[in-house]
This record gives sequence, C-alpha cells and structure tokens, in this order.
Amino acid sequence: MIKEYRTIEEVAGPLMLVRDVENVKYDELGEIELPSGETRRCRVLEVDDRNVLVQLFESSAGINLARSKVRFTGSGVRLGVSRDMLGRVFNGMGEPIDKGPRIIADELSDINGASINPAARAYPDEFIQTGISTIDGLNTLVRGQKLPIFSGSGLPHANLAAQIARQAKVLNSDSQFAVVFAAVGISFEEADFFITDFKKTGAIDRTVLFINLASDPAIERIATPRMALTAAEYLAFKCDMHVLVIITDITNYAEALREVSAARKEVPGRRGYPGYLYTDLATIYERAGRKLDSEGSITMIPILSMPEDDKTHPIPDLTGYITEGQIILSRDLNRRSIAPPVEVLPSLSRLKDKGIGQGKTREDHSGVMNQLFSNYARGKEAKELMVVLGEAALTETDRLYARFADEFEAEYINQGFHTNRSIEETLDIGWKLLGIFPKGELKRIKPEFLDKYYKAAE
Amino acid sequence: MAEGKIVRVSGPLVIAEGMREANMFDVVHVGSERLIGEIIEIHGDRASIQVYEETAGLGRGDMVESTGSPLSVELGPGIMTNIYDGIQRPLIEMRDSVGSNIIRGVEIPALNREKIWRFEALAQAGDRVSAGDIYGTVRESEVVTHKIMVPPNVSGVITEIESGEYRITDPVGKLQDDAGAVTDISLMQKWPVRRARPYSEKLPPNEPLVTGQRLIDAIFPIAKGGTACIPGPFGSGKTVVQHQLAKWSDADIVVYVGCGERGNEMTDVLIEFPKLKDPKSGKSLMERTVLIANTSNMPVAAREASIYTGITIAEYYRDMGYSVAVIADSTSRWAEALREMSGRLEEMPGEEGYPAYLTSRLAQFYERAGMVICSGSDKRIGAISAIGAVSPQGGDLSEPVTQATLRIVKVFWSLDAALAYRRHFPAINWLSSYSLYKERLGPWFSENVAKDWQAKTEEIMRLLSLESELEEIVRLVGMDALSAEDRLVLEASRSIREDYIQQDALEPADSYTPYHKQYALMTLVLSYYTKSKKAIESGADIEKIVVLPVRERIGRAKTVPENECIKIYAEIESEMDAQLDALTVGAEGGSL
Repeated sequence: MIKEYRTIEEVAGPLMLVRDVENVKYDELGEIELPSGETRRCRVLEVDDRNVLVQLFESSAGINLARSKVRFTGSGVRLGVSRDMLGRVFNGMGEPIDKGPRIIADELSDINGASINPAARAYPDEFIQTGISTIDGLNTLVRGQKLPIFSGSGLPHANLAAQIARQAKVLNSDSQFAVVFAAVGISFEEADFFITDFKKTGAIDRTVLFINLASDPAIERIATPRMALTAAEYLAFKCDMHVLVIITDITNYAEALREVSAARKEVPGRRGYPGYLYTDLATIYERAGRKLDSEGSITMIPILSMPEDDKTHPIPDLTGYITEGQIILSRDLNRRSIAPPVEVLPSLSRLKDKGIGQGKTREDHSGVMNQLFSNYARGKEAKELMVVLGEAALTETDRLYARFADEFEAEYINQGFHTNRSIEETLDIGWKLLGIFPKGELKRIKPEFLDKYYKAAE
Repeated sequence: MAEGKIVRVSGPLVIAEGMREANMFDVVHVGSERLIGEIIEIHGDRASIQVYEETAGLGRGDMVESTGSPLSVELGPGIMTNIYDGIQRPLIEMRDSVGSNIIRGVEIPALNREKIWRFEALAQAGDRVSAGDIYGTVRESEVVTHKIMVPPNVSGVITEIESGEYRITDPVGKLQDDAGAVTDISLMQKWPVRRARPYSEKLPPNEPLVTGQRLIDAIFPIAKGGTACIPGPFGSGKTVVQHQLAKWSDADIVVYVGCGERGNEMTDVLIEFPKLKDPKSGKSLMERTVLIANTSNMPVAAREASIYTGITIAEYYRDMGYSVAVIADSTSRWAEALREMSGRLEEMPGEEGYPAYLTSRLAQFYERAGMVICSGSDKRIGAISAIGAVSPQGGDLSEPVTQATLRIVKVFWSLDAALAYRRHFPAINWLSSYSLYKERLGPWFSENVAKDWQAKTEEIMRLLSLESELEEIVRLVGMDALSAEDRLVLEASRSIREDYIQQDALEPADSYTPYHKQYALMTLVLSYYTKSKKAIESGADIEKIVVLPVRERIGRAKTVPENECIKIYAEIESEMDAQLDALTVGAEGGSL
C-alpha cells in the first residue's frame, strides 16, 4: 500500500518541501498528482527528520499546496531499457514521443548507473576512423574514449558531430554500431538537423534519441544525459554493441544544475556553479569506456558551447579535466570558411598514442603527427612575426614554416563536412605537406620512416 | 559501542541521533547495507557522518552503528602490486566477487586472509624489542622484502617466535610486554590513517631522487624526502609527468594515489606497469607499486580519505627503511571533496568556497613526507618524497589550492599550456619553475656524477633566460638587429630546448635518461655553443653555424642507447670540430 501525502509545505523554484512523511529514502522517485489528475515526477534531495526536500523534474505550475498529492515509489529514478529502443525517440525523461508503441522493458535500470571499477576497465586502444584528418591524424579517437567538442555559439559543431556519427568506423571489424543521441536544451532546428541527417543516411534505425528541447522544462535536463547513458550502457554492456553517445549541449545541463543549487541556497563555486560541478559532470563522462567482461563499448562525444569562447569558463575547464582530450573549434578558421574548423594546436586526444602505429593505423603515424603539430605551431608563430615586422624580417627557414602553416590549413584541415578520408590518405597528405621542408628539419620522424615516405616537394 | 538512528540525509552527509557514546572520527556502519562512514562532528547526541559510499536509499530511522575505532588501514604483506579504493578495499578482488561495477556495502578485507607467506624470523625468543624493531621478513614481491616490525607503542620481550608458512593473521610468536601481559605477534598491524606514524628523528634531505627526466634532474631536482607540486591546466601533461615519475624514479616503493581522476588512467597504470622494467632491479615496475584509485565518479567522501590511506601506507614502508615516493593526482580534487563536505556541514566558507582549514590540511599532508631516522634500534633511514599534481581551475595559479600548496612544497614544476600546444614535452616552463633543493644537492652531484654538473646546469639556465630577453628584442625589432653572438645564443638555446629538455615519454630510448647520459648530453649540447662562439670570434659566418650539418646528429643524440652514448657523442663532437674548423679556415682565407 503506497501512502499519499497531502502535506506539501512549500514550493519554490524547482524545489518542494513535503512534511511528515514516513520511510522515504534519499534519492527516491516521487510522483505528484495535481488536482487535475496530471502527474509530475520529483526526486528526494534531502531527508531531514520527517520532512523531505524534493526536486521537481518538470515545471511547478499548477501545484496546489492544499490539493496536490505526493506519493513515493520506493526506488530511484529508473529507465526501462530494451533493444527495441533502437530507432525510437524519447523525451528527456525517457517516455516515447514518436507515437510508437510502449517499450516493453527488458530490465529496469537506475539512471545514476554504478561506477565502473577501474580494475574492471579495458583500456581503450582500438582506432576509430572518423574520416576527418584533424581527428584521425592528429587527435585520434579510440573506442571507449570520451572526447568532447568545445564550441561556441555560431560554430558548426553540429555538422562536425553529424559527420563523425556518419563516417565513424573501426577498420577490419564488423561489430554492431549504435548511436545514442541526447539533446539537452537545444533548439528544435538543431535537433531536427541531427534527426534529418540520421534519416538521410539510414542511421536512424540504429539510433536512440532522447530529446529535451529548449522549450521543455529546464530541470528535466538533469535527467536527460543520464537516461541516454543508461540506454547506452544497456546496449553496450548487455547487448555487446559499440555505442557512440552524442550529448549536446552540456552547457545547458550545467545551467540546470546551477538552478537547483541556487534554489537550495548552496555556497556557490566559480561563476555561481555549485562546488560539486566537477564530481557531477564526472558521473556523466566517466560512464564511457570499455569493460573486461563485455565486448561492447561506449564512446562519448559531448558537445558544449563555451560562453564567450572562453576555455577557462568552469564548464569547459572542468570538462577538460575529466575527458580524455578535447576538440576545439576555431572562430577564426570558421570565418575563413575552413571546414571543419578544428583548432589543431589546443585540441588533444589523450588516448591517441595507444591507438595508433603499426597494426592499428600505420607505422609512421606518431612521427608524422608530432612533426605536423610542431611545424604548424612554429609556422603560426612565424606568421605572427610577419604581421608585426613584415616578411623581410623572417629568415629563410621561417618563411618556409609560414608557407607550411597556410598550406596545412588549406589542405589538411579544410576537407569539408562531406569528405571521408581514409587514414592512409590523411597520412599521405601529411607527408606531402612536410615535403616542403628539407629532411634535416624533420627531427621528430625516425630516419627509417623518412627514407621510406619522405618526398621533397618540387 | 554506540548505536543510533538516521535523522537526516543530504548527499554523502548523514546525521544520526543517539550517538552520545561515539568518539570523533569513529568508523560507523550505516543502514541495512552497512555502508562505511566516519563521524566528523558531534553535537549533543547527534553525530554528522561522512559516508564513503553512495547514500541513495537511506532514510530516517535507518540504523547507524559505531565500530568504536577510527578509520584505519591494514598494514602487512600483500599491499604491493595491489589496487585499492580510497578506504583500502581491494578492487581486483571486488571485481572478481561482485562484477565490473562498484557495488555498495561490499566488505572485503584489504589484505588477503587466505594467502600463505613465508616468514623468516630475525629475532629469537628472549630478545628484548621495542617499537619499530624488525623481528622477521617476508618476501612480498619479486623486489620488495617486507620487514615485519614491532608496532608503534609496543615493547617487551619475545617469548616465542618461529619461521614458517603463515597466513597474515596467524600468530608467528608471542611477546610479553613490560607489564607482563603476553600477546600474539603476527604479520599484520593496523594504523589510523589520520595520524602520522611515529619515527625517531627527522633529517634534512641531502640526496636527489633520480627521476631520469632531464629537465627535472638537471635544473629542478627533487630530493629524497622532498616535496614537489605540478600545477597545470588540463592538457598540459600533468598525468604524463606523474606517470613518468612513478615509472622511473629510483624510489624503492611507489604509492600512486589517483584521487578524483579518470578511471582509464588507473587502468593504464594497471596494464602498463607490469610490462615495464625497473632500470634498477630489471624486474617489473608493478612489483614495487601500489595504487590507490578513487576515480572522479566514485563517492566523494572516500576521495578525501584516499590521500591519507596513501600516505599512511607510504609511512609504513618508510618505517622499514625504504625510500618511498607518494604521487598524488590530483590534490585539487581532494580539496574539492573537502569543500563539498564543508558546504554540507554549513561551515563558513573561506576563499572560493573552500573551508578555512584547507591550508592547514594540505600542510599536514605534505609534512608527513621527509627523510627520517625510523623508530627501531638499528637507526635505519627511510624517506617519503611527496609529489602532488594540482589542477587549478582555468589554469589560474592564483586560486587557493595552488597558492596553499606553493607555500608548503619546495619544488614547483610549472606546466605551461603554450608549450604543450607546441608539443614541447615535458611542458614544464623553465622560467617560472623552481627547486629549493638545487643548492643543497649540489655537493652530491659534484661528488657522484661530475665536478662541473652544477656549473653546466647553471650555464643552461643562463642561456635560457638570456634567450627570453633576446626574444623580446626580436619581437620588437626583428632578427636583423641582433649581433652574431646573440644569434648564437638563440640557436644554442633552441638546441637546449629541443635536443636536451624535450623528452619523449613514449620513445623507449628517450623515456628514461640516467645521470651519466644526461651529463654527456648536456656537455655535447653546450659545446655546440662554446665552440661556435670561438668560431665566430675567429670570423666564421653565423648563417653557416646555424645550419651546421652536425646539428641534425645532435638533435638525434638523445635517442642513442645509454651504453654507446659516450662513444657516439665523441664522434659527433669531432664531426662538429671539423665542420667548424672548415668555416674558420674559409673565413681567414677570405680575409687574406
């Protein structure tokens, strides 16, 4: 017999205080029944003697202190998961919104998941070919990695994410791929862009979509990424699929978190975000990975827009400390119509080293990558110097580097959103560009690979 | 033993009433799943408890039971090669018994109770022993001989002792204390993590910790028993430097604390270390390593404890007379855990919401490092070197954790994102870093490595700081304004940066450089400068010196195998001499 309480004492923002409850547990899911018969969901944030503080997942409009009823379900927030979720569209709380039949759950999983034992993880080292040179060649993605895209308003992160979802494949492997897409507080148009792209390529049949649009309740956003990851964990670790999870936009998630924190009057950390933002984000990002006892994997590409393109803003900053690298988009390259506008130098994939080289990509990969990085960095410095002092002030060698930087941007980075380059093509373009240097400048490549692949440009 | 009932649950903080009998910092079991927690505040009969596991599902009226003892670690054979969570639960055994996720309320002892160890007694019946005396040894791993010591605060006469095969809790003998009471002695002892283990005397550090990292050893060395910190924004290579130190430093024991960091990094250590060979013993690096892993998604309270668990284990091995390195990645996450608990306790916040006691807690942690004369009658010497990563928000070093740390530690390796973007690794900025041990270790280097080691390393620093001044000028007026000597300084500095400082952690021949090779390499790199300088004085053209063919060989010199380096570097030197001579001959010829 489930008890119902009519003892709502306070509603303020996303929080509600219920008095004189019995046997209610921390983190338990509750249901509020409005006088109209409509029900809304909430979660216990704090148990204080006989009172509980709950956080609403939806708007508080229409809640009436005298006539609304609250009941608690005896468990945390759970999602019914099943293989049939593929090809379906859900709202941010995991309810189907595509007019399809209900999902018959194979199992009910707590959306908070359980942390993976570090001793039970398998280290991610399988190369994923995304067909994008700046990623494959320089910031290689591997299965089980979490690699965010740091973007800004007006930058084409959606195109890049869609291109990755479209082109990503593991060489010499025919295992099952799935995409889980979580829209967190984005506009209809942006969500529609992804759905249309998935439909066009036929990927929609192996995609699960969780959609919380900008118009949906902000508080629901706290649950949406967790819903998506719970579905992804089921597909990866129970059905042995390789799941690519795209979450966009994490900034909206963090703002929802801040709203709850502010309503609870917690001591804020930087820029008003709660002090536990790092830990909270980690409980999302760390769910990516591979496990020793399962064939499947979760590779995660969260997208976040940096307010004012500021990388030191708490959201990108804390994300960068948790994720295994970052792909940063550049406003400057975008302005010059270089697509995808990946800012190569500050981008990074921490797991690339174990995913490249002989047997994975090609023996010369690591040397070519390091050489391109350092020559491009020096080239950009030379170009800056050129702006201040004029071309004449540069030495012969520096002029070579400056030329290299231009060609690198025009050819290597600028491949467009619809070109799919194999890893060999990517590496060969790298060699072609390095050909403008004399051999002696290429100290980061082993001599045997220089002998094998180097060809001086005419 | 106090038993109470929960009245409040807020995240990892639980408040229980009926706890008047409990002591501060007692470990308690919470709820029907017997989650582990620790009392951190008592008001009347209400105790505030930080719970080391996820608290979902706890509610009012759930039982809380105090164990009457503080949070402690088990110390004995079986620690090496293991991986523990923040409160010393063995993660491999947990995986084997409950599966790949961390489940709540699992009770597995830290040290395997079934495993049999071979105990060799060193003491005899009738021996008088006091705290810290070694009464036997166990071969714990291929490289670590575990010394079984009389626990602190115990002394008396051994009445019985026998070598043999024992489990960890079996009595190996008996000890009669001064009051006449007889107790069993075994292979294991316990120690509360928040109390430093006693020693007899602290010593000033006077010997370097060899790390094999050229920039660190030559310019910013750390002493055995010293403290260092590595602050840096994300992507600047903190973790790689930490891993390099854990791999190559010549400590006998390495305690690696992954505190609120990535799960895959711990997995990486677990997979990679067993494959790597220790340059000293030739055995796998894992044989002398223990990991404490409390990754970012594991409960936050246990993260706070993990640092103490790590340093207590380190102290125990120090007490055996070993040199121990504690590597903590990252202390910022630990400070954040403090902040979160402090916030939930509704304490008045200090800077950026961190509690007012942040600095003193950090200082207490680093002060547990040091070189000491251990307790025990043989006056053996042990050391703990503590190296902490700091993750300043936004790379801003003025934030409280970095500033508090810098006030305590003696070595500062400042990571620089701009260097990392250029793929200059290790991305330690040579202009802003410092080591307060440099002076003190000077005599050791001139005695053990080379007489002019200090002079050479100072020359390197002189050139590098000159370079940054000259670069300012170049930025204003261009390269043409520089004299040939100044041009040479720029080129020589570039060679120092690229051919000496830059070190590739992934290239086996470059990842670790022993002292004699470091010395030979710095000699080679510096002689390009001194010899070219002479050549310029005799009229050689700077443009030709810049593109001297031998520079390509200098650039590849660091990957020369260490046993051939002396011979090959001599070859390079004579090639350099020949090429420079040709330039001056040409110049003199031109002037005739």
